[in-house]
Amino acid sequence: MGEVIVITSGKGGVGKTTTAANIGTGLSMAGNKVILIDADIGLRNLDVVMGLENRIVYDLVNVVEKGCRLQQALIKDKRNENLFLLPAAQTRDKAAVDQDQMKELCSELKKDFDYIIIDCPAGIEQGFKNAVAGADCGIVVTTPEVSAVRDADRVIGILEASGLSNHRLIINRIRADMVKKGDMMDVEDIIEILAVKLLGIIPDDEKIIVSTNRGEPIIANDTISGRAFKNICRRISGEEVPLLDLHEKDNIFAKLRKFIRSG
Amino acid sequence: MSFMDLVKALLNKNPDSKEVAKERLRFVLVHDRTSISPEFLDKVKEEIIEVISRYMEIDKEATEVNFHKGEKTAMLEANLAVKEIKREVKS
Ligand SMILES: Nc1ncnc2c1ncn2[C@@H]1O[C@H](COP(=O)(O)OP(=O)(O)OP(=O)(O)O)[C@@H](O)[C@H]1O
Ligand SMILES: [Mg+2]
Repeated sequence: MGEVIVITSGKGGVGKTTTAANIGTGLSMAGNKVILIDADIGLRNLDVVMGLENRIVYDLVNVVEKGCRLQQALIKDKRNENLFLLPAAQTRDKAAVDQDQMKELCSELKKDFDYIIIDCPAGIEQGFKNAVAGADCGIVVTTPEVSAVRDADRVIGILEASGLSNHRLIINRIRADMVKKGDMMDVEDIIEILAVKLLGIIPDDEKIIVSTNRGEPIIANDTISGRAFKNICRRISGEEVPLLDLHEKDNIFAKLRKFIRSG
Repeated sequence: MSFMDLVKALLNKNPDSKEVAKERLRFVLVHDRTSISPEFLDKVKEEIIEVISRYMEIDKEATEVNFHKGEKTAMLEANLAVKEIKREVKS
């Protein structure tokens, strides 16, 4: 029986889609059968981030309206055999799907897949409620800023009220240099304030933008943010993995150590 | 206040922006987490009246239910105006 994980945040633009693409890719690279669902109806993006935008024929709304079979709508990933995408409809609105339909779809998919990863739209309205309806657990993404953390708190409250209590937090776009200078809230502060379990941290990394430009999730590359996402995937699978040291990248000794090790 | 904050305060420097962010975040969250909607309070009030009405006759108009939130404690205050205690429960 598979696990349904919804990636949510409250505030827009903090990295939900990027996270969904990387976690989905990572879990499938580790041998799991994974499906990514883009629940951001009307503003679909996950297809582009995955580099699959020109393979779409049917979408989520067609599936729940029974306009096509589920199998027809699933798009196979370019690189990973056991990774699939169910794209959002682009020309419909959030009300095209309801909570019962999402629950039904999720329980159907759980029979076939190890992980069902749902990319949630921003906000806490209908689209959010649909995305969360069939989920077993939630991953809340935030950035180290007051507004994003505040919205994360709100979302955590709503998840708890709707019976999803085993959610965990990802803090995205951390800048080690700013944290060091005291100009960015650090991980411990945010975890303490939100009183939530930490799933992982991801540095602010321009390579993520480059890989998104290419439609290739960064997790396939051996970069610091690629490793950050790999660690997150291992934690999702139940492994204990220590937090990444984000200062590593500007530490010349660490680079040297790595060079010697790999050389 | 941490040691570094103390040093900074003594040197009359601005606190780090992260400290300001933390303070502001704590403040908005206290507020967000305890905001209870009027609809919710109305529901609580109705149900309290329903239960108490089994034993006493309550003046609904004169009854008030309020929620107060302090630094560390929260209090639900209900003032029920009793018109009459029902005969069968007096004993
Ligand atoms: N760690 C990071 N470092 C640098 N850029 C990032 C990072 N994470 C995300 N981004 C960039 O931030 C932008 C927003 O990311 P993304 O689309 O994943 O957010 P989202 O939460 O899904 O947004 P929306 O709420 O609109 O759906 C993208 O351009 C992405 O490439
Ligand atoms: Mg998105």
